[in-house]
Amino acid sequence: MHGSDEGRPWTFYAFAAFFGLFVAFLYGPMIVIYVLSFQGPNGGMTFPLNGVSLHWFSALISQTRVGDIAGSFQRSIGLAALVAIITVVLSVLAGLGFRRRFRGSAFAFYLAIASLIMPGLFVGLGIALAFRLLGLQTAWYTTGLGAQLTWTLPFGLLIMFAVLGRFNRSYEEAATDLGATNWQRFSEITLPMLLPGIIGVALFGFTLSYDELARTALTAGSQNTLPLEIWAMTTNVTSPTLYAVGAVTTVVSFVVIITALTSIAAIQSRRARGKQSEQSHG
Amino acid sequence: MALFNQTADGAMDAAPPTAEQLADDRSGERASWWQTGPLVVVLLLFFGLPMLVVLAVSFFDFSRTDIIPAFIFDNYIDLFRSEVTLRLYLSSLKFAAIVWLVTLVLGFNIAYFLVFHVRSLLWQIGLFLVCTVPFLTSNIIRMISWIPFLGRNGIFNQALEGAGITSQPLEFLLFSDFAVIVAYVHLFTLFMVVPIFNSMARIDKSLLEAARDAGAGRFRVVAEIVLPLSKTGIALGSIFVVTLVMGDSFVVRTMSGGQSASVVSALQNEVAALQYPPAAASAVIMVIIVTLMVAGILRLVDVRKELAR
Repeated sequence: MHGSDEGRPWTFYAFAAFFGLFVAFLYGPMIVIYVLSFQGPNGGMTFPLNGVSLHWFSALISQTRVGDIAGSFQRSIGLAALVAIITVVLSVLAGLGFRRRFRGSAFAFYLAIASLIMPGLFVGLGIALAFRLLGLQTAWYTTGLGAQLTWTLPFGLLIMFAVLGRFNRSYEEAATDLGATNWQRFSEITLPMLLPGIIGVALFGFTLSYDELARTALTAGSQNTLPLEIWAMTTNVTSPTLYAVGAVTTVVSFVVIITALTSIAAIQSRRARGKQSEQSHG
Repeated sequence: MALFNQTADGAMDAAPPTAEQLADDRSGERASWWQTGPLVVVLLLFFGLPMLVVLAVSFFDFSRTDIIPAFIFDNYIDLFRSEVTLRLYLSSLKFAAIVWLVTLVLGFNIAYFLVFHVRSLLWQIGLFLVCTVPFLTSNIIRMISWIPFLGRNGIFNQALEGAGITSQPLEFLLFSDFAVIVAYVHLFTLFMVVPIFNSMARIDKSLLEAARDAGAGRFRVVAEIVLPLSKTGIALGSIFVVTLVMGDSFVVRTMSGGQSASVVSALQNEVAALQYPPAAASAVIMVIIVTLMVAGILRLVDVRKELAR
């Protein structure tokens, strides 16, 4: 659109400044609470920093007054892993199924979209009421799991649409022509080719579950997940402990995000190298 | 629908089907049913069925401790008779309208910058990730991270007083409608950026060049080419933002300090008081209204046709 030797128009700098402000708006407050989580023992909920300490992090573990942080953290990690696995398996399968037109495909698609935009609290209310009428107990690993899947599965499906839209089927056809069984074709061609997209689905499944609140609020049963525990803290904890838990949970999210993104990048660059060496040999 | 037809069309051969292919299609359909079946079953069990239960319970009677199967319209009649209902809807609609406008302006400009100003693909991916990564972190933490900023002795007030702009702290910053809107914009702008970015990325850049060569100024190019060609993204982003704001209760509770309410936060209070049937009736009405809003957006912009482009 612009010649590369041409200078940038003034609007570029205006937009760049605007974008910079937006990024500051996005990350600034988060960075502030990480700084404040190192507040000294006598410090308050805002600046100035009254010394620097790990007091509020240790309070997180030692104080029972703030609730069951450790237990809810373990539950949330377990639930997120479970949600990620189920989301990957079901949305990869469904994504492959949607490559053909079939009777009922429109219904399945609209079901997923409706599930995506339905207010989360309503989904949770419906599940809680259904179990109540059936005389069953709600628990994070049954109703909580199901409620979260109504949120992660549509996302997984949409990501698979995007991934499969760029997928070249001739590799699969070549495998069939060379005598591969359905399973060989799937496990040795389709799956490896889709791997970066699958990691993306797993990332979304894990993080969306790990942070989910509205759908889980009425379906977690007697034991809280971490977001529910934090939500309870926002109403009764008025110390930097709240920031400490925020810092910890965001670090976990970032570790997961960075792991996923670097593995996707590693796969892509290995592929690019493979293509190059293919070309140089050919 | 068009979304996946597009992927299917791209992958399928355009040649007319032979008899052999038709037989393949039938076994292919069965394969598709097996592949999509598990996802559909989970969604029916944990989304379709529960929503039908909500509809059924909205006609139930209730006592102080229990819900009583019945078929009465009292819950709806009470809802329409109450003045509070209208006030709650006006409050929710006000938030939705303001947040929609702000996120639209922000989202459009951010997407425009990323698509048309950032030249290298690597930078584009990098900056896009910078915008999307917060989406994968905790919403509650992102929300409460505004508290040290906006509070009475918060950073904002300290800065204003330090600069001599104000002599006493501004009270309206935290626990107010202002704080609610700031948090919504912070949480939901992403949902506008991503779909608009996708729409804009598909615009043929030679179109813009042609318009410029024909003498159109920057603003005319944006108004007459970029804006119309990104309306699918704008529509999808608007659907996300409007449904998210209308369906929220947690942000409005925390950031208004309990001073403002939304339809769903009032519903949450009813659930906490074990008044399930009125809560269910309120949910049903809300779903109808949100569906009408989404249908209105889809009427203005034919998302399906546009996506199949």
